[in-house]
Amino acid sequence: MDTFSLLAQGFAVALTPTTLALAIAGCIIGTIVGALPGLGPSNGVAILIPLAFSLGLDATEALILMTSVYYGAMYGGRISSILLNIPGDEPALMTTLDGYPMAKAGRASDALVLSGFASFVGAMLATIGLMMLAPILAKVAYLFGPAEYFGLYLLAFSTLGGIASDNQRKAALAACIGLGIAMIGLDNSTGMGRFTGGNLHLLDGVDFLVAIVGLFAVSEVFVFIESHGKSSAIGVKLESITIPIKDIGRTFGTMLRSSFIGFIAGILPGAGASLGSFLAYVAEKAYVRDNSRFGTGDARGIAAPEAGNNAAAGGALVPMLTLGVPGSGTTAVLLALLMTLNITPGPLLFTERPDVVWGLIAALLIANVVLLILNVPMVRIFVKVLSVPPWILLPGVCMVSFVGIYSLSGSYFDLVLMILFGLLGYFLRKLNVPTVPIILGILLGNNMEDSLRRAMVISGGDWKYLFQSGISIGFWIAAVTGFLAPVFLRKIIKKPQAHVDTTPPEST
Amino acid sequence: MSDRLFGLVVLIGSVAYFLAAANIPTGFLVDPVGPKLFPRLVSGIAALCALLIIIQPDNDPEWPMAMTWLRLAIALSVLVAYAYTLKPLGFLIPTAVAASVISYQIQSRVVPAILTGIGLSAGLFLLFKFALGLSLFPVPRSWMG
Repeated sequence: MDTFSLLAQGFAVALTPTTLALAIAGCIIGTIVGALPGLGPSNGVAILIPLAFSLGLDATEALILMTSVYYGAMYGGRISSILLNIPGDEPALMTTLDGYPMAKAGRASDALVLSGFASFVGAMLATIGLMMLAPILAKVAYLFGPAEYFGLYLLAFSTLGGIASDNQRKAALAACIGLGIAMIGLDNSTGMGRFTGGNLHLLDGVDFLVAIVGLFAVSEVFVFIESHGKSSAIGVKLESITIPIKDIGRTFGTMLRSSFIGFIAGILPGAGASLGSFLAYVAEKAYVRDNSRFGTGDARGIAAPEAGNNAAAGGALVPMLTLGVPGSGTTAVLLALLMTLNITPGPLLFTERPDVVWGLIAALLIANVVLLILNVPMVRIFVKVLSVPPWILLPGVCMVSFVGIYSLSGSYFDLVLMILFGLLGYFLRKLNVPTVPIILGILLGNNMEDSLRRAMVISGGDWKYLFQSGISIGFWIAAVTGFLAPVFLRKIIKKPQAHVDTTPPEST
Repeated sequence: MSDRLFGLVVLIGSVAYFLAAANIPTGFLVDPVGPKLFPRLVSGIAALCALLIIIQPDNDPEWPMAMTWLRLAIALSVLVAYAYTLKPLGFLIPTAVAASVISYQIQSRVVPAILTGIGLSAGLFLLFKFALGLSLFPVPRSWMG
């Protein structure tokens, strides 16, 4: 069937008053979540999932709410990057490079509007890309057998470990920790318990939402206690909001190029939005002839990472929906949501539940327009959010996490487990061990093992079967390159230095 | 040093995990791989990573001072206590106490911390109870007769 009639069906789902209200609410919550430093998109989505369940939403509605939060957080991340020089979330790091200097030069409003518009272009193009590419990829995915899926999972872990982290051994170890935790509980094929230590609670396995909320949200509380919640006052003045038409026109080419790069980066399983904004910035700097002003408030240096970051956010949904392999930390959390809703992502989703897929795509198109309105004319409201001090925010986040997990399972055991994950998350962050591979490991561990075992059942125990199709060989080669190549690339591509204040802003 | 210690802990953990895999009951339906191999592979790779971390550790992170450790320990115990009191004591009191203590651990001022606790407790209760419709008990059930 052609894309447009499917999309029309999607709009029929997305334009009902409930879903529309959910999309708008999601956009507002998401922008707030993204803007608050220390509460990134994965955190925000993770603590909201249990609450979404308690609202009794159906699958499509819950998914629309959460992806709107996800898109909103990607928009919101730039606000504190530009005004505070603190990225609201990891992908917004690159926006601090030119956004903050521009704001300091008295053009805070221009920087916010320009980056908001760049976000819109990136997210819109990526959503259209998702619409075009996902159905095709879903058809290709029919060719995948267990051996190919095993290769694909491996690829996801190795790109995540290789590109997105700066220490291969620690990223690989993190993935192993996650996979090891996933093994706890009943074995799918024999029905016997594994690694439960005789504990009845562990027979069901470790709930990934408990792990996610613990590792992301609760550990944040410990991190803030250590830093004493050093919050910086807004150092730059925000004058009235005007639209810098000249800058937008001048950087339109930048936005298109960066959206393309970001989208491709987002599709790579395991790479995600941080890579998208990084590559977009570096590529733009290399592409333009006169790049001497990059890092001092160049408009292109703001447009590039924001378009790239939001395009990658949309791109990351492609492998998540078609293959069940998330492209980033936040899409991993969205995958957890799908799994909890009993929706299996993959090619069958597109044929059996077109209402979910196309309803989601239509809702994302609507959410983008809503976000543009929220983030350009109404950006002042969200700037106010930045003045919520961490000593109110963090206890609040913590209590919401507790109630969310408690309402989900009602057991003390899960709450204590969540606290333990929070403690683990704190130590791992101190030791620079990434936590996203752990989440991915917990989410995908059982599927990965299943695909290995089914492949071996098909082949009767012949290991060569894993490397027999062209697709799986491709995945293995990509996995090895993806894991090892960054070691060499890192010497060539240096991370640009962040702007450092010579005179520290007066703290209040 | 921290990395070496961490590597050692992980190494011991993965060896224990590898050995524990031997105790997994196999059951009647046996596939060529069985339930033991994948966990063993995972623990093998983890052990390898741990060895590499021990051989080539990163620089030590900046660990907090003794006072901060105390603050972290207090926050941790408050959270555990909160987990166990949330049901028997109702929502309002444990939440107010836990939120106040955590707020105090982040910035050491008593009055704002207590106000934060009370405000969050009441605000979140209204939100959860009436906007989201969660079944929460505001106070211990015995008080409500």
